[in-house]
Amino acid sequence: METEFLMGNEAIACGAIHSGVNVVCGYPGTPSTEILETVAARNTEKEIYVEWSVNEKAALEVAAGAAYAGAYSMVTMKQVGLNVASDPLMSLAYVGIEGAMVVVVADDPGPISSQTEQDTRTFAMYSKLPVFDPSTPHEAYEMVHDAFELSHRYKTPVLLRPTTRICHACASISFRENIKSNAPAGFVKDTMRWVIFPKTSFLNHKRVEARNAELRHIFSEYDGNFVSGSGTLGIAASGVSYAYTKEALRQLGDPEVKLLKVSTPFPFPDELAAGFMDGLERVLVIEELDPVIERALCFVCGKRGTDTKILGKDSGDIAPAGENTVESIMSAAARFLGIKKEPPAKINDMPELPVRPPVLCAGCPHRASFYAVKKAAEGRKAVFSGDIGCYTLGNAAPLDMTDTCLCMGAGITVAQGLHRAEPDAVNFAFVGDSTFFASGITGVVNAVYNQTDIILVVLDNSTTAMTGHQPHPGTGRTMMGDIVEKVDIHKLLEACGVRRIEEADPFELSRAADTVKSLIDDEGGVRAVIFKAPCIALFKPDKTFKVTDSCIGCTSCITEIGCPAVVLRDGMPYIEPSLCYGCGLCASVCPVFAIEGGDECG
Amino acid sequence: MNVDNGVNCLLCGVGGQGTVLASRLIAAAAMKKGLAAETAETIGMAQRGGSVVSHVRTGDDKFSPLIPLGTADVIIGFEPAEAVRCLGCLRPGGTVVVSSKPVLPVTASLGGGSYRDSKEMIDYLNKKVEKLIVVNTDEICEKLGSQRVVNMVLLGAAARTGALGITADEIEEVMIERMDERFHEINKRALHWND
Repeated sequence: METEFLMGNEAIACGAIHSGVNVVCGYPGTPSTEILETVAARNTEKEIYVEWSVNEKAALEVAAGAAYAGAYSMVTMKQVGLNVASDPLMSLAYVGIEGAMVVVVADDPGPISSQTEQDTRTFAMYSKLPVFDPSTPHEAYEMVHDAFELSHRYKTPVLLRPTTRICHACASISFRENIKSNAPAGFVKDTMRWVIFPKTSFLNHKRVEARNAELRHIFSEYDGNFVSGSGTLGIAASGVSYAYTKEALRQLGDPEVKLLKVSTPFPFPDELAAGFMDGLERVLVIEELDPVIERALCFVCGKRGTDTKILGKDSGDIAPAGENTVESIMSAAARFLGIKKEPPAKINDMPELPVRPPVLCAGCPHRASFYAVKKAAEGRKAVFSGDIGCYTLGNAAPLDMTDTCLCMGAGITVAQGLHRAEPDAVNFAFVGDSTFFASGITGVVNAVYNQTDIILVVLDNSTTAMTGHQPHPGTGRTMMGDIVEKVDIHKLLEACGVRRIEEADPFELSRAADTVKSLIDDEGGVRAVIFKAPCIALFKPDKTFKVTDSCIGCTSCITEIGCPAVVLRDGMPYIEPSLCYGCGLCASVCPVFAIEGGDECG
Repeated sequence: MNVDNGVNCLLCGVGGQGTVLASRLIAAAAMKKGLAAETAETIGMAQRGGSVVSHVRTGDDKFSPLIPLGTADVIIGFEPAEAVRCLGCLRPGGTVVVSSKPVLPVTASLGGGSYRDSKEMIDYLNKKVEKLIVVNTDEICEKLGSQRVVNMVLLGAAARTGALGITADEIEEVMIERMDERFHEINKRALHWND
């Protein structure tokens, strides 16, 4: 049997390839991104069609279309991406598919890299779609296969929801022997099936409810859901919390307890759960995000009129938010099982540790763009609406240039609302290139149509930087390796009717600031500036800067721009050569021209 | 403690220092010896200059990818304050291998916090850790002619303590398999800087 050491996301990708996937679409988002990248990297024969779609809604619809025509398709996204894709998903749950379709949605307890702690299991209940919830990378590999089989058998999209600790954990994965392939049969016309109408939706709704009742039974027999151990006390767990629970129980000396592992939180395996609770006085439910299993167990007890006490998040025994850990589970389990366990001794004599908030990289063009706008807007009443991407980090001191951030594309529309309520403020909306394509264009059209007075600042660094440099429509590269016509942001804005569009290099600081100033003075309607400068990850620096003897120690280079490469050494500014990217922004802000570029890098 | 049955090793530092590659190499070397291995890493927004931690667990008796508090056999600190931050993870009698070079956050340059050099951190580690190896990575990398091999210098030092259950030669073997040939020589010299 072939074995590889893989990240959970890579394991999911391999699981899909080994299940015969034909089409894979997605939009980048931590912690899901590496799934699609891995499919593309292993797609050497180009037998699978792989694309980064412009957003999750587009991705889900492309995958749905492919599955209508008999393809096995997979779509990948992070949990907030599911909100974008929810419109097609809710309807697709009624319409169904022909081949097979797996929707991988990565949840992010913590959250570590996300806006919300929403739970895709809850979304599964809402959309009435089956969901698989792996506890390890290897289970994720196997469950992709199970999800495709179930999807094909019931002609429905099926959800797989790993969490960050599964996506980004690595383990050795033993590949299955039985590698499958699928040849799409082609689209068969059938308006009753593929055209959604109130009448068909009523019938489909009935069908979906009947299927889910059947799945509750089938999942009670599924080997991913099982009971182990014995006793009058029980623990139920799912996802990575199940792995933590095993670890915690080991550390507690393997006490007597009955354990239920739930891999399909919806439709819930009622019969298995009822059997598990037979003879149990109390059950502690250990899960992250929503109390999905806890409430399902309460529901089973209520339906059967049994009085097993269910403890978990609702009862205050498990934290309502954030990640679980082996430690948090150990103390909850010890309390529940009546085991005396001293918590690990607290270390309270540590020296003061540095705080390390994430910052824009040294040489990042966003720093220069923010600084140019800041200078241009000095003395004006201005609000800076930000968006999702590396440039959200423009909020940090000393830039302090992100006043709002809500969700993908919202900066442009939130700025419009702010302006309606406070017309004497200058309203800026910052948006990155990938975010602009994902969901910024609608907001621009809205502003033009409704004649809103805003200044749009497009931060075009030619990549999707935050998630690890994925191509997008403006880069002219696809995940199939093709070089294609770039979608031009300037022309798009023109076509939308934006009244005035400027382009500037943010590192030509005074010119950039003057451009923004002229846009502020040219009041009325939508004006835009496109700041063009590549992300530092796309090139190697050709020189570094250094502080010369004429430095007067005013530290403007530090307090104005906050670049991580400029530090204080013996009270004077010093540029760390291993970090400097040679952008020269610090030289532009030095009042006595004491910073020089020179050293060529090897 | 029999390291042949697997270890818990925590690697900590600041985003961009190369902890992820180092953790993969430890896992790969352990797997070559027939041990199961698991790792978990920080990826995403936190990477941008933030604190990062990689967990490596080898051996068949581990259930989850994260090392529980007080059970790490080895901590490899790529940065002194980050090693202090993770000290709660170390088991009694565990080993710490740490770089003496501080990475000062922007907040420190802007006047926040008291972190200016690594002395206080190294002193604290000396007080708390019996098996402490402080590595002057700055000086060694200077001699080697590359600041990009801090991870190999630290891996070599950690392997030589015996606490990882794998040798520098075994790490070299998997490094050669995984890295571009152009970087083999410098990384080999970095791994064996003290041999």
